[in-house]
Amino acid sequence: MTSVAERPAVTPVDAPVSRPVEVKIRRYNPEVSEDVTWVTYTVEAFPTDRVLNLLMKIKGEQDGTLTFRRSCAHGVCGSDAMRINGVNRLACKVLMKDLPDRLTIEPIKGLPVEKDLVVDMEPFFEAYRAVKPFLITGGNEPSKEWLQSQADRDRFDDTTKCILCAACTTSCPVFWTDGSYFGPAAIVNAHRFIFDSRDQGAEERLEILNDREGVWRCRTTFNCTEACPRGIQITKAIAEVKQALLFRRV
Amino acid sequence: MSTTATSRAPAKTKFGGTLYRGREGMWSWVAHRITGVLTFFFLFAHVLDTALVRVSPESYDTVIATYKNPFVNLMEIGLVGAVLYHALNGLRIVAVDFWSRGPRLQRQMLWLIVAVWVLVMVPGAFFMFKHSFEVLFGSK
Repeated sequence: MTSVAERPAVTPVDAPVSRPVEVKIRRYNPEVSEDVTWVTYTVEAFPTDRVLNLLMKIKGEQDGTLTFRRSCAHGVCGSDAMRINGVNRLACKVLMKDLPDRLTIEPIKGLPVEKDLVVDMEPFFEAYRAVKPFLITGGNEPSKEWLQSQADRDRFDDTTKCILCAACTTSCPVFWTDGSYFGPAAIVNAHRFIFDSRDQGAEERLEILNDREGVWRCRTTFNCTEACPRGIQITKAIAEVKQALLFRRV
Repeated sequence: MSTTATSRAPAKTKFGGTLYRGREGMWSWVAHRITGVLTFFFLFAHVLDTALVRVSPESYDTVIATYKNPFVNLMEIGLVGAVLYHALNGLRIVAVDFWSRGPRLQRQMLWLIVAVWVLVMVPGAFFMFKHSFEVLFGSK
């Protein structure tokens, strides 16, 4: 008795339907004019398109002068953070099926705009470097592998996910008005080492963040946590650094 | 499929752009700031008018008499609302900073304090304004 294996019933899938989307972009080119212009482009968007696809379509087919950063286009490199309909997002991670037919796209706020959606990231990276985001150890070099328990690893797991896209720092109202605030991203990366059992530079970093422009500037608006494309619980991480400073217990 | 509209705006500020569309956390912080500033200005006037009693009790009585009207009564209700929100949200922020589950429950805690605020303010405003209402619309 043989029987033909029953094939699963094939349900016809409708071809994806595109829709016209109005994309309003904040343009700025200091080589041409000091004025900011808002330019609206109309592009066809499939529900599976990401905002980045639309930007590339505009740049490729309509206006080659449109300038924005992007590299991996898969939410890993953190190049294309921008303000989409008022909130910081990675253009490569937002699907058009989740967005309305009108988009407003601006550069991230609080960093000097260089051209269109490109901002000067230097102040951001300066704050990042200031918290010494690298392993600090002292004494003799270990002769064998440096083991760490799962619980110790979990202590800072969340903050290892940062891709330095600046979506959090530029969503922070404190950072907008006070550019010298370290910002959420720098604190997240300090947290990653402060709570690493192998690292010995916690005191040093805590002292840096004890600064007037350090961790105490945080007003817990949760904008950073909402903006993070990696879902890092940033406000929680900042609160943990505050507590470590208050109670000197890492 | 091309440029349809262009509008110009001078690059007055370094950053500019539209309003950031933050969620509950951001707006609770904005309200916290506003209620804080309002309370500060009240305390400023309050310290001054109370200090006046040491200088001249008669002037103090005159100043206090000017407060006895429905408009100032409305401002008093606003003051109670501002102080109450500022106090409740302050407790929420303490919980966010010191309670390990605080950051995760911040939104729920905000709705909780808003509920408490409404529960206190509805009867509170009623009893606070009762006298002014009677003055304005008779019966006293």
